[in-house]
This record gives sequence, structure tokens and C-alpha cells, in this order.
Amino acid sequence: MPGKHAVKCPETDTEFSIGSMGGMSTDKSMRSSKSVCIRLSFASGELAVRTALGQLKQGLAPMRLSKVDESNVELVLGEVLNNVVEHAYGANATGQVTLECLPAADRLRFCVRDSGKPFPGLHLPVARQPIVDGPEGELPEGGFGFFLVRSLATELNYRRESGRNLLSFHILLSPYGGSG
Amino acid sequence: MKLETDDMGDFQVVTVQEERIDAAVAIRFKDRMREVTATDSPHVVLDLSRVNFVDSSGLGAIVAAMKQLGSTRRLDLAGLTPTVERVFRLTRMDTVFTIHDSVGQAQSVYAG
Repeated sequence: MPGKHAVKCPETDTEFSIGSMGGMSTDKSMRSSKSVCIRLSFASGELAVRTALGQLKQGLAPMRLSKVDESNVELVLGEVLNNVVEHAYGANATGQVTLECLPAADRLRFCVRDSGKPFPGLHLPVARQPIVDGPEGELPEGGFGFFLVRSLATELNYRRESGRNLLSFHILLSPYGGSG
Repeated sequence: MKLETDDMGDFQVVTVQEERIDAAVAIRFKDRMREVTATDSPHVVLDLSRVNFVDSSGLGAIVAAMKQLGSTRRLDLAGLTPTVERVFRLTRMDTVFTIHDSVGQAQSVYAG
């Protein structure tokens, strides 16, 4: 079992320890009555992404996000994490994926970190709206993932550093969030 | 990937008995859809009322399922839950499919 690793999120410059694999830790010093700081670390895999999304939703439960905000979180994180599994690591590789969530007054700030391959060209995909006007037989079956990410998240930032991918972004919360 | 199918007379309904069509199951969904729609039915309605989450892989698999039917058969959708409906709307895939509130509503529309 590997020892603790230090993770530094470029968003906040906060440095903290990630414990054992598959765990979720909540930093009590940052918890207010309604917000939590969430860190998850797991071994790459499609089913592991499902588990991580479930843990993330559980961790966010005290914030009582609106259903729309919660679904935005799940959609964006689902795309980002599955992209790490499928492209950064791919079918023949596995590795750690680390997710950090830091709430602010009007948004959730996320940082996702992995040790897989970089994005081609070292930049995020430029995602255009899928073309749905053509013949049915030519409808696209892929390429929607980053379109959804760019539609639902802001402040996307990608950096490659010391053999690691660092992707950060914000998800804005609805003005009257918490009413469910 | 649990799919149930029924002959409604005017169309074949395929009910997805899962809560998620996502990257973990998208390929299995596509394969199972190919199996259960290997019928003569020219019209299939996919009941998604139990599905509360579809990601881009799941959306792609639903599109693939439609294309698998070929140009002479049609695939409608029914019972889209809010998050699923948003994904279709954001990608404008809601303009590609006929979407019914429910299988019951589809039956009223297509009652022969």
C-alpha cells in the first residue's frame, strides 16, 4: 500500500495528503455548516468512475444543491473522469485519479489529476455542437463529451506538469440553489 | 444491461431496466439493443423512464441503436427524466428523435 502523497491544486495552491486508495476524506478545518471540501482518489476504471460520482454526490449532500446543479456536477465530472479512464490511461493502463472539490459562494471548483497520457496537442478538445441536421445514417455517435463539459462548466484550465495531467474547472451554482 | 421488450401492436417497446446508460455499459447497451430489435417491427419505442442518467457515451449508444435499425425503421424515445432530457436538449439530439412523455402517450399517438 503506497504511503500518503501530497497533492497541490493549482486553483488554491493548497497542499494536502491523499490517504489510501479508494478513500474519501473531508477536511474538517474547511467545513462550514453547509460546505465541504472533498478529495477522492481511486484507481482508474469505468466502474470506479461510477463509484466516485456516487461518493462525490454523498459528499456534496450537506450543501443541498438544486437538482439541476447536482446533475451538472454529475454530467461534467462523469465526462472528465471517463475521459481520463478511456484516453489518459486507456485500455491497457491503469493508475490513480485524484479529484478535489472546493466550494465557493456561487460555485464549485474542481481539480482532477492523473498520471496518464497528455491531451493531444497539450490542449483540451475544441468541442463544437454536434451536427444533427444531416442524414440519420450520418449522425455522430461520439464527440459530445467535451461539448457537454464546455456547456456546463467554466474556467477550464489544463496543465501538464511532471508527467501528470491537471484539469481544473468551475461549475456555477444556480442562484437559488439548495431548494431542491 | 437489462432490457425488456413487448409488442404493443402499433410498435415494439423496449424498456431499459437500468438507472444509467453511461460509459461503463454503453457498448453492452448497443449490443443488447441490436439483439432485442432483431425483429420485423418497423417502429420501436425506447422507454427510458427508469433511466436517471445518460452521459455522452450513453447518448452515442442510443444514436447507434437508432442507426442499427436502418433507414426503413424508426426509433422513438419515451419517458425522458430531467437530466436525460437536458443532455438531449444541450446536444440538440432532441430534434433527431420523436420524444414521447410516456409509452402510454406514444400508444395514443400511434393507435391504429
